[in-house]
Amino acid sequence: MEKENVPQHDGNLSKKNLKELVYATDENGNYTTALSTGWEPKAIALSNAIDDIKERAEEAKLKVQIGEVSPICYYMELNKMDLTILAGYVDMWKWRVKRHFKPTVFAKLSDKILQKYADAFDISIAELKNFKTD
Amino acid sequence: MQVTFTHHQSAHCENGVASNLLKNSGLNISEPMVFGIGSGLLFVYLPFIKVNHAPAISYRTLPGQIFNKVASRLNLKIKRQKFSSVSNATQALDENLKNNIPTGLQVGVYNLSYFPDEYRFHFNAHNLVVYGKTETDYLISDPVMETVTTLTHEELEKVRFAKGAFAPRGQMYYPIQVPSEVDFKSAIIKGIKDTCRTMLAPMPIVGVRGIKFVSRRIRKWPAKHGVRKANHYLAQMVRMQEEIGTGGGGFRFIYAAFLQEASVILGNEELKNLSKEMTQIGDSWRDFAVEASRIYKNRSAKEDAYNAIADELLDIANREEIFFKKLKKAIS
Repeated sequence: MEKENVPQHDGNLSKKNLKELVYATDENGNYTTALSTGWEPKAIALSNAIDDIKERAEEAKLKVQIGEVSPICYYMELNKMDLTILAGYVDMWKWRVKRHFKPTVFAKLSDKILQKYADAFDISIAELKNFKTD
Repeated sequence: MQVTFTHHQSAHCENGVASNLLKNSGLNISEPMVFGIGSGLLFVYLPFIKVNHAPAISYRTLPGQIFNKVASRLNLKIKRQKFSSVSNATQALDENLKNNIPTGLQVGVYNLSYFPDEYRFHFNAHNLVVYGKTETDYLISDPVMETVTTLTHEELEKVRFAKGAFAPRGQMYYPIQVPSEVDFKSAIIKGIKDTCRTMLAPMPIVGVRGIKFVSRRIRKWPAKHGVRKANHYLAQMVRMQEEIGTGGGGFRFIYAAFLQEASVILGNEELKNLSKEMTQIGDSWRDFAVEASRIYKNRSAKEDAYNAIADELLDIANREEIFFKKLKKAIS
C-alpha cells in the first residue's frame, strides 16, 4: 500500500475520533507509517456486526415477552456475550447458565445467583427481575 | 506516582507494547522488528471455535507468543505473572509502579472506555502499558491510541479480569533483564525460519493450506448456511483481517516493513525484493476485503460472487506459498 492510498474514510461509527497507524510505502518504495481515519469495507463490516447484535437482542426480547426464555438470555445478547463468555463472568458451568434461560427455573433463582448475573450485566437485581417490555 | 515512559503509537498492540517497553529499557527496536523476530505472522482457521458467532480466523499467533519469542531470540528476560485474586493483582501492579517499572498488561477490550463502541467486543488479547497511578486513575499507554490515556481503578480491574476465551487473569509482564548488546542477525534468521515453517506447515488449517481451506469453504457458505449467516461469516473474516491493530492486510504490510529493515541489517538484497512482493500480497488481501464488502454490503449472496472471492483467496494462497518458499531460500 502506498502512502497516498492510505484510506481516509469516515470509519468511526461513534463520535470518538480514533486514528489508526498503518505501514505504507513512500515515493521511493521505502516503508514508513501513516495515520488512517478509517476504511469503508471495514466500517461496513463493523456496522453489520453491530446491527447483527441489535437484531439478536430484539429477537431475544420477543422471546422473553412470549415467555420462551428468561431475561438472562436478552441481557446476554445485549452485552454482546455468548454462553461461554457469560458462564465465565458468573463462574458457573455452561449447562447451568443454559438452564437459567428457562423462565420457570429463572423464577426460582435465589438473590445470590441473580446478583451474579446482575453484576455481569452491570444492572440491579430489580432490573433483571422486572423485565420491561417496551 | 508516575514512571518515566515514552508512548509511541503502533499498528498492533502486542508488538507496540513489546517495542515500547524495550525502548524504555534502552533497547531500540522497531515495531516491525518485534513482529518479525517474534514470528507474529500466521494464518489459522479454527472452524470449531466461534467468535461472535462465526468461525475463528486469526492472522497472528497466540497472545504473548510474539514477546516471548523475541525475548528468547534476543536473550532478554521478561517476567510474566497471572493472578487468581483481584487484590493480589492490584497490589503487584502498584508495587511495580512504586519501583519505577512500567508494566505490560493483557486485557479485555470490552470495558476499555476510551475505545469507540464498535470496537468494544469481548476480545481478550489486547495489550497496554500502565505507567502511573493517581488517586482515581491509572495512567495508560495503549499502543494503538495516538496519545496516552487513563482508566479508573475500577475499569482497569474489570479489563484485567475480563472473562471468556483467552481470559487475561490479571496477567502482567515486564522486562527484567535487557543486555546492552544483542545479536539482531541471528534473531532475524530464527524469526524468518519459524514463520516460513508455520506458513508452509503440512496441516490443513494452518498457513497457506489454511487459506486454501477457507477458500474451499467460502464456496459452500451460501448453500450451507444461508445468505445471512454466510454474509456474517465473510464480514467477520474481513473484521479480523482489518481489525484495529493489524495494520491492514492481515499484518502483511508490517511484515513487509520488517523484511525491508532486515535486508539492511543482514545486507541481503533479496529480502528487499521479497518485501516488495509481500506489499503486493498485502494489497491483494485488501482487494479481497473490498470485494467481500460488496457482498455483505448489499446483503445478497449470489453464488458466483462467493466463487469469485474464493478464487481471489486461492490466488493469494498460491502466491504466499511461492513467497514463503523463496523467503526460506533467501536466508538459508
